[in-house]
Amino acid sequence: MAEREQKRKAAPQRTDETVEEDVAAPSGQGEKLKAELDDLLDEIDEVLEENAEDFVRSYVQKGGQ
Amino acid sequence: MAIHKVLGVETEYGIQQRGAGESNPIAASSVLINAYVAELQRKVDWDFEDESPGNDARGFAREGAMPPEVETHLVNAVLTNGARYYVDHAHPEYSTPECSTAREIVVWDKAGERILARSMEAAARNLPNGQGIVVYKNNSDGKGNSYGTHENYLMDRAVPFARIVQHVMPHFVTRQIFCGAGKVGTEAPTTGGRDVLFQLSQRADFFEEEVGLETTLKRPIVNTRDEPHADAQKYRRLHVIVGDANLAEVSTFLKVGTTAIVLAMIEDDAFGEKDFTLATPVSAIRKVSYDLTLSEPLLLADGRKMTALEIQWELLDLARKYAEDRGLEVVGGDEVGYDVLRRWELVLAGLESDVSSLARTIDWVAKYHLLDAYRERHRLEWWDPRLAAMDLQYHDLRPARSLSERLGLERITTDAEVDAAVTEPPTTTRAYFRGRCLQRWASSIAAANWDSLVFDLGSEPLRRVGMMEPLRGTKNIVDTLLDGCSSPAELIARLDS
Repeated sequence: MAEREQKRKAAPQRTDETVEEDVAAPSGQGEKLKAELDDLLDEIDEVLEENAEDFVRSYVQKGGQ
Repeated sequence: MAIHKVLGVETEYGIQQRGAGESNPIAASSVLINAYVAELQRKVDWDFEDESPGNDARGFAREGAMPPEVETHLVNAVLTNGARYYVDHAHPEYSTPECSTAREIVVWDKAGERILARSMEAAARNLPNGQGIVVYKNNSDGKGNSYGTHENYLMDRAVPFARIVQHVMPHFVTRQIFCGAGKVGTEAPTTGGRDVLFQLSQRADFFEEEVGLETTLKRPIVNTRDEPHADAQKYRRLHVIVGDANLAEVSTFLKVGTTAIVLAMIEDDAFGEKDFTLATPVSAIRKVSYDLTLSEPLLLADGRKMTALEIQWELLDLARKYAEDRGLEVVGGDEVGYDVLRRWELVLAGLESDVSSLARTIDWVAKYHLLDAYRERHRLEWWDPRLAAMDLQYHDLRPARSLSERLGLERITTDAEVDAAVTEPPTTTRAYFRGRCLQRWASSIAAANWDSLVFDLGSEPLRRVGMMEPLRGTKNIVDTLLDGCSSPAELIARLDS
């Protein structure tokens, strides 16, 4: 762990402002994402395959490259 | 010395025939492609003259290894955008035309998705009512069967292959953190006793060797196929089989953009003393794929331990220094080159500080957050078939059914340029010459492949026009010539003189 922390700080040129911006971001972005995904989930059943189990079982491919 | 990275991506798509009872994927792939070609353009066949996928970049003859088969009897067409569209190993496959930047790759890769979507519509019109063909841009059926998305990079033949392997291997093992397409569960024979509910990559489960010629079994992380489709004295084409098919444009852009820069650095020997050789790359590639926390250290050959993220930060730092010292002409210029560096940094910073900030940017994060939200809402376990179904449907290429489409992922391209790329070739490589000739004179072209066009002028023997230089045949070079010719016979006469 200690080694990793040290390494991260050692990586040069990752400008300070980038790091600060990102530290500020999480909670706000996380909430916004959750709200947006909620909206999407409200309507997603319309497009999902009707019988998930059958669909997954029947999705069999020949191996390729 | 580094040479311009001419690029291409080949995608084998998953295919499912519906409403027909018994289905044959080879027949379904043929119906799909023929339907597209018949409706939209005259078909020009692929020419197999120069195909030799069994050659090995390490220089030795194949002993015991089977060369990949070239299936000459299957549907095989060349499109006016310079791409190849064909049936390969029971899958429809689209190979982008040769591109000169990572951004062009995104445009022509997305054009491929539209071509497949239009093919599905065309096939539906030809099939009996109630039948249809559905195509998925993924790399696994969740049952242990995988199919590939391959990248291609033009390289200087003079660079020792061992040096390529040394420095590209750590990149291939760790770049999954931004270009993995995400997958529910695992298909590896063993996971070392750990539960894998969701992983970063579609493909990591299927790699068993470090270096080798195979592509369909015992897949190697670095593939040695040596088939340059260009002047073999000067060039090699690095054939990369380790990547996932991406729906997120940023993932495709970074997958190809970062790799092109890393390969240029290898050609210019820009790694200096830096060496991230991993102790056990094959187990490391799975370890990275299984680690959603991005925090597990990997053992290096010299005894150090680094996480995938740390290795990527180091590669980015080397790339920045390389850009300052040498410029980025070889990846298509500063504009696109610095855009790769900028997005590379943003994505690494996002992965480090708050992965959810990338839920509309890169595939595995987008898929993970969508499935996790659904899972929480319906109180499902990760092995519930509804989540496996959503995993597949993330890759559905029908716009109305595609979950990645629904998510509204970050764009790099515009709809207009992707639509144009369905029929128009890139202007910056020999694909331009191929595409333009097909647009104007398809009925006089008997066959085409990556490095030549074969003209049938009726009275004379067939005439092969070679294109051994991937950066010749561009708009700048051939437009005046082509514009001045009113017939293919005139073109051949001018080329002869």
